[in-house]
Amino acid sequence: MHNSIEAKGLTVQFGTVTALDQVDISFGENRIYGLLGRNGAGKSTLLNVMGNRLYPTQGSVSIDGEPGAENDKAQGKIYYMGEKNVCPDGTTVRQLFRWSRDFYPAFDMEYANQLAAQFGLNTKKKLKGLSTGYLTIAKLIAALASNASYVFFDEPVLGLDANHREMFYRELIHRYSERPSTIIISTHLIEEIADIVEQVVIIKEGKILLDRPAEEVKRMGYMVSGKASEVDAFCAGKQILGEDQLGGLKSVCLLGEPENVPATLEIAALDLQKLFVQLTNA
Amino acid sequence: MRFNFESDTPIYMQVAEQIEDAVLSGAFGEETQIPSTTEISVTYKINPATVLKGMALLAEAEILYKKRGVGMFVSKGAAGTILKQRKEAFYKGYIVRLLEEAQKLHISQQEIVKMIEEGKADA
Repeated sequence: MHNSIEAKGLTVQFGTVTALDQVDISFGENRIYGLLGRNGAGKSTLLNVMGNRLYPTQGSVSIDGEPGAENDKAQGKIYYMGEKNVCPDGTTVRQLFRWSRDFYPAFDMEYANQLAAQFGLNTKKKLKGLSTGYLTIAKLIAALASNASYVFFDEPVLGLDANHREMFYRELIHRYSERPSTIIISTHLIEEIADIVEQVVIIKEGKILLDRPAEEVKRMGYMVSGKASEVDAFCAGKQILGEDQLGGLKSVCLLGEPENVPATLEIAALDLQKLFVQLTNA
Repeated sequence: MRFNFESDTPIYMQVAEQIEDAVLSGAFGEETQIPSTTEISVTYKINPATVLKGMALLAEAEILYKKRGVGMFVSKGAAGTILKQRKEAFYKGYIVRLLEEAQKLHISQQEIVKMIEEGKADA
């Protein structure tokens, strides 16, 4: 398939630890993906392999139908904004932008400078001298301005205050509306991206647990609460995700859509974050 | 516009409802242009495809129409169309359910009418 990143049979082994286990997944053109998983689930490993920063033990990645590994042309389509600093010590923000432009010819310097002003980022400063938040902002700006076909945001809001997070999400949507690209956001702040992403991918212990449209995911489960005995009776034979009890009151998270609910029980939607917690617990 | 992100109603339907509310209140006048998909997406941090889906719903119902290369406009008579639909929904959503619940609680029709009059005085 063209205009997509396809991973086939990806396995990554670190010694005895299997970080990715036979992963098959594709990321289609001009869509926004939320890549979710608990710490150590394999999110960054997957992004690292697709971005050619890590060799898989097994399997392969193709980018727009071409092999992705050690392929400069294919890799030039991907901008990976990650936790690790790939710039040498002493690099300034301005140098980071120039360096990005050298690798990504479509890099929009004017836009990058405009964003820097908007976020209050001094481009003369060295990356090393920036606070966690501003270092993230510098990297975010470079990613937004890259104009790459595929942009990976690995923990894009690390250290950002609420105002800057809001600015980033808005800018991301604005840029995406004007110049669509495939965006993969890997984050722990699920609620904040729940309505921005079109497709949700959940990874657990190196395996893809779920890969579905966000709209569907929101209808995957629900929570029922009420008197413990009545809740138990209602839940009999249903797929239970988790439960909480408070005295004689009980709430249970279930998979599926609510049907024939007794009037004495209360039903609530299971939003993306709640569903994620239930699916990835233990 | 206000979105309840925890509600059971899908966001694209909420987008449609919110635009309808703005038309009803006159904030989006008939034959005037409404904010673009991008403006709505950016302001409320919602995926543009979701907003587009909500707008498509309203275009299908002929509440909005598209001016090529310009944007989406509120149709003539849109407020009337929405009001009619909302009244039907009000009947099904409130009146029918009210009567069902009243039957369960053995509340007579006269009592209901009395309660409505009392409610009106309180409102």
